[in-house]
Amino acid sequence: MSEGHAAMAAEPTWQGGGTPLAVGHKKLGMWLFIVSDTLTFSALLVAYSFVRAANDWPTPFHFYPSIVFSTVMTLVLLTSSLTMVYAVSAAHHGARRKAVKWLWWTALCGLTFVVLHGYEWFHLMHDEGMYPWTNPYGTPGFGATFFTITGLHMFHVITGVAYLGIIAVRYRRGRYLPEDVEVAGLYWHFVDLVWMFVFPMIYLLSTSVD
Amino acid sequence: MTEVQVSEEVAEYTEVHRHPEPKSFIWKYIFSVDHKVIGIQYLMLAVAAVFVGMFLSLLVRLRLVWPEESIPLLGQLFPIGAPDGVMTPEFYLAMLTMHGTIMVFMVLTTAPQGGFGNYFLPIQIGAADMAFPRLNMLSFWSTFVSFMLLLAAFFVEGGAPWSGWTGYPPLSAVPEATVQGFGQDLWVASIAVFCIASLLGALNFIVTTLDLRAKGLTMFRMPLTCWTWFVTAILGLLAFGVLLAAGVLLLMDRNVGTSFFVPGGLVISDKQIDHSGGSPILWQHLFWFFGHPEVYIAILPGMGVTSHILSTFARKTVFGYKAMVYAVLAIGFLGFVVWGHHMFVSGMSPYSAFVFSILTMCIGVPSAIKTFNWIGTMWGGKIRFTSPMLFSIGFVSLFVTGGISGIFLGQPTIDLFFHDTYFVVAHFHLIMGVAAIFGMFAGLIFWFPKMFGRMMDERLNKIHFWMTFVGVYAIFGPMHYLGMMPHPRRYAEITSVDYLEAMGAADLHLFITAAAILTILAQFLFLFNLIKSIFKGKECRDPNPWEATTLEWTISSPPPHDNFAGKVPHVYRGAYDFSLPGTKRDFAMQCNNDEAVFGSRPASSGD
Ligand code: HEM
Ligand SMILES: [Cu+2]
Repeated sequence: MSEGHAAMAAEPTWQGGGTPLAVGHKKLGMWLFIVSDTLTFSALLVAYSFVRAANDWPTPFHFYPSIVFSTVMTLVLLTSSLTMVYAVSAAHHGARRKAVKWLWWTALCGLTFVVLHGYEWFHLMHDEGMYPWTNPYGTPGFGATFFTITGLHMFHVITGVAYLGIIAVRYRRGRYLPEDVEVAGLYWHFVDLVWMFVFPMIYLLSTSVD
Repeated sequence: MTEVQVSEEVAEYTEVHRHPEPKSFIWKYIFSVDHKVIGIQYLMLAVAAVFVGMFLSLLVRLRLVWPEESIPLLGQLFPIGAPDGVMTPEFYLAMLTMHGTIMVFMVLTTAPQGGFGNYFLPIQIGAADMAFPRLNMLSFWSTFVSFMLLLAAFFVEGGAPWSGWTGYPPLSAVPEATVQGFGQDLWVASIAVFCIASLLGALNFIVTTLDLRAKGLTMFRMPLTCWTWFVTAILGLLAFGVLLAAGVLLLMDRNVGTSFFVPGGLVISDKQIDHSGGSPILWQHLFWFFGHPEVYIAILPGMGVTSHILSTFARKTVFGYKAMVYAVLAIGFLGFVVWGHHMFVSGMSPYSAFVFSILTMCIGVPSAIKTFNWIGTMWGGKIRFTSPMLFSIGFVSLFVTGGISGIFLGQPTIDLFFHDTYFVVAHFHLIMGVAAIFGMFAGLIFWFPKMFGRMMDERLNKIHFWMTFVGVYAIFGPMHYLGMMPHPRRYAEITSVDYLEAMGAADLHLFITAAAILTILAQFLFLFNLIKSIFKGKECRDPNPWEATTLEWTISSPPPHDNFAGKVPHVYRGAYDFSLPGTKRDFAMQCNNDEAVFGSRPASSGD
């Protein structure tokens, strides 16, 4: 162990007068928010499982226009996570302009996801008559869970885009630190991660790949 | 900014930058970010709520014993719920629902944590404020909005909801099931806003506890009050998110036409309801996944305050400090895996019931550890029987009485009989309602000199204590017996149930109502004492009137805007160093170093 390490070990991090594990307020706060939001989404997914088990599920379901479209949405969202990684890394290297550029790319991907998702929603409702309370293809529970869960997720994405915009502007003006970019990154990756549960559970388990 | 003298108790301190006090009234008292002002705002909200809730319980008690009697004023206020002043059964249910909701959410969840925790957590750990002061303000004002939404339910068409504080569907989910519609919507909306407020608050408490402790204040030197606020916040963080999800789904069922909680084939008033495929059991799972942790959210801060006060007035260190901490953690953890014990009768596999039952019994172990440690703390101490001490001892008594009935209820076979009877009402009122409120009384009287720079009238407090202590046992003791008849809960009247008549339920109800009226009167005595003491109480210049050890007793009363005025004390020992051998005084404050405590002889203590 190097001398620096030894000195750090002698000062226990849980001692007070410093932050444990060197995690600042905002980052710790964001982690805690993520924990509680995870429970909210988990509760919804449990509700989904309950309703699904209690009903005759309309599978395979085609979504709109097909599952391929939803897969593209997923890819867009995944890409946004990658650009977010670049933004955080650039911010930590002090490359402010580059970081801001990547932040905007991330926001753009998020916005694209919302537009594509909105397109899918619109057609499911308007053309095919599937709403939270009715579903021509079978149990209305399908529409209810689909719109509730993807709706709440979409709300998170929209909030996230706004959040990224604020961070980008303020970071560019020097009012925010690289740490703030990182905290925004935590939120953004979390929203992506939620989708990584929603997509398999709501989409893939209800469709067939042919 | 006024220069503030550092207490001579403080051996060493760290200079931090000071926070100027806001000047205008609005920023100082209304939209304040000062945790002390916010704490008092929460307490005021809780006091307002507790009197509303108490009034509702009075109506409930009156209706039970005089179902036909007319209360003219009530007839004027609620012409539909109480035509000619006679309460309808539906009105009874509405009052009961609002009583439970207001008490559980607006009193038991706000005051111990948002009130006392907000005020004293930062001071006890040596911080100038919470980690996120503006978020703190937002938490309070969201709670306020939530309270207003709830109260508004009284005044909308159809009146307040009847589905109980647990909001069980289908009654709560199908507007056709009850004549009223909007009141229930307001109820759900209020709960949802409350969830958000509590989540923000919980996040703030956790970050504050982890990040803002003074130098030398290790986790295991924290006062037990801080530990319980911390664990309560963790429970809140994990539980309220689930209730929020449930609330959103319930709102959708009511207004969007989904059927998460409504089964198919439901017929109400000869009309087939247009819902299918949901399950009321799903609501019960989601609600109780929140609901059981919630009961600990209500009681844990009371446990912390009790431990703190017992030690301070027994002049002895807390017996088994670490065991107390681990017991709180164990209770917090187990609290998340026992929710099924509320659903034994709702229909679950006997195997699940068995598992839930075993886990429920397990909670008895850390609970017993705490009880024995409280007794151990008092054992052989030089006890000072002040009123905060009396309320803390009362807390222990109530916790034991209410806990023992919990062990009965935790066994599925026995619960089959007791579920939804007055036995359950007795159990949860003693342990959750009254014990938690005793914790609040104890805390309020104990910290009153710090918050207001004055003392409360001790004689009135003692009279109030004895009236309340005897009163609550007189109210809830007989309910165990009612439950054994078995007398179902939530029934507006019993006059037509002959076996209850034969067993003398009516007389018992009369006795309970009389006891309730006396106990309610005693609360006005406390309110009078509280208000009088805030303005006219005996002045208390001594920053440490109880000879206590924690950091809040080193600063002036009331504390300056930024608590330690930029000079944060270092901490050298645990929170309960009373009657150490070889010391000049019978207590050592956390900021006293060994030299101050023992003269020059070095010794170690604390953790
Ligand atoms: C050893 C500890 C405990 C055990 C074994 C226990 C067990 C139970 C059981 C089995 C029930 C369900 C009864 C039924 O509805 O049929 C129940 C209800 C309840 N318990 Fe406990 N309990 C314990 C401690 C507590 C504590 C510490 C609190 C609160 C601070 C509490 C608050 C409640 C409440 C509020 C209800 C009723 C909710 C309702 O139906 O409205 N319990 N308890
Ligand atoms: Cu429980």
